[in-house]
Parts: sequence; structure tokens; C-alpha cells
Amino acid sequence: MRVLYFAWLRQRAGTGEESVSPPPEVRDVGALMRWLAARSPGHASAFADPAQVRAAVNQEFCGPDHPVKPGDEVAFFPPVTGG
Amino acid sequence: MTPTVRVQEAPFDLAAETAALSAGRVDVGGIASFIGLCRADDGLEALVLEHYPGMTERSIARIAQEAAGRWPLTGCTVIHRHGRILPGEGIVLVLAASRHRTAALEACAFLIDWLKTGAPFWKREEFATGTDRWVEARAEDEARREGWG
Repeated sequence: MRVLYFAWLRQRAGTGEESVSPPPEVRDVGALMRWLAARSPGHASAFADPAQVRAAVNQEFCGPDHPVKPGDEVAFFPPVTGG
Repeated sequence: MTPTVRVQEAPFDLAAETAALSAGRVDVGGIASFIGLCRADDGLEALVLEHYPGMTERSIARIAQEAAGRWPLTGCTVIHRHGRILPGEGIVLVLAASRHRTAALEACAFLIDWLKTGAPFWKREEFATGTDRWVEARAEDEARREGWG
């Protein structure tokens, strides 16, 4: 599974992209966030306030209940501020 | 109608993009435009825009298709810059062309409202003092998006 981080999540996690293999019980975006948060203090800081984190699975915006599976591209980022 | 969508570091050219929407055709009655500019609030020295290559372009194209489904557009163009942008420079250009002004003006407003909340861009502000901060999303922008239904 390919995980991408943008904006301050990238800065806090200390990487913009990583390849991960979460255990099978990590079935949705919310569970993946909790699992990733345990990887390092930086990751914990990135996911410290889940209300400020948005996600996309395979480049589609989605909520914490959206399923994830091996091979997916999952991105985490703050609420968008373009325009 | 095939929208023109570009995400680029380089500045855009309003006159050239506007001309392209009516070049070689005589059915376009009006072209509405919106340009978002970088302000120098609070001693801001530059804006740095990050995006999600691939998803950003697709998100904008989908928003443009949504506009085309709601208004009878003859064309539309969205160009959004990324990278380092200085005060006074353009950040985003939205053009909507139609036979009549109402459709062009409404579609243009819709496009920028949806783009602000529906396309993955993030702004970081750099200040003359050497500090920086990420811009926070505004509830007002979300409310404007919701206003279109």
C-alpha cells in the first residue's frame, strides 16, 4: 500500500510518501490512520487531531469508513486551501 | 465542450486564454473571468502552493464537467498555479464562456467556489520575518460551496 502525505502532515510525518504493509485487521481509512500514528513520534503528531485530517483513496476524497486494501494509494492531508 | 484544465508553475495569460475561447467561432456571446491574486497581508513575502499531481487535475476536470452539466457552456478554462507565488501575481484563472451572460457569470462563480473546497491544493504563507504558516480552511468557503446545492 502506498501512503502519501501533503502539507503539514508531510512535514510532521517526515516523509511525503512511504510503502506500508498494515496487518489484515486494518480495513478502513480510520484504522489505517491509527496504525500509521504508531509508526513514529512524527506520525503520531501528524495524526494527533483526526478532525483536521482529510483522506483520499486512489485519488478520490473519502471518509474514515472507506475501505483500504493492499495496492491502494492512500493520501492524507489537511482541509484544502486552493483557489 | 471540452474544458481546458492546467496545473502549472508558470504565470497565465488572461488575454490569450480568453481569446482561445472564442477563436474561430461566432456562437459565443459572453466570457466571464475570475482571477485569484496573491495579497501581501501581514507582511507576506510569498505563497507556496502544494498540490496532489494527478488527483488535482482530475478533481478540477470533474468540477468543470459539473459546471457544463448545469449551464450551457461553449467553453471553460481553469488554470491553477503551484509552487512559489509572489504578491500581485495570479494564483488561479477561471473562464466560462456561453451564448448568454447569465450562464457565463454563474458558471464562473460556481467553478471558483467548488474549486476552493474540492481540489487538493494547500497554501503556505512565507513572511518577511522568516516565519511561515499553513493557511487554514475557512468555513465560509464550505458554506459557499454548499450554497450551490
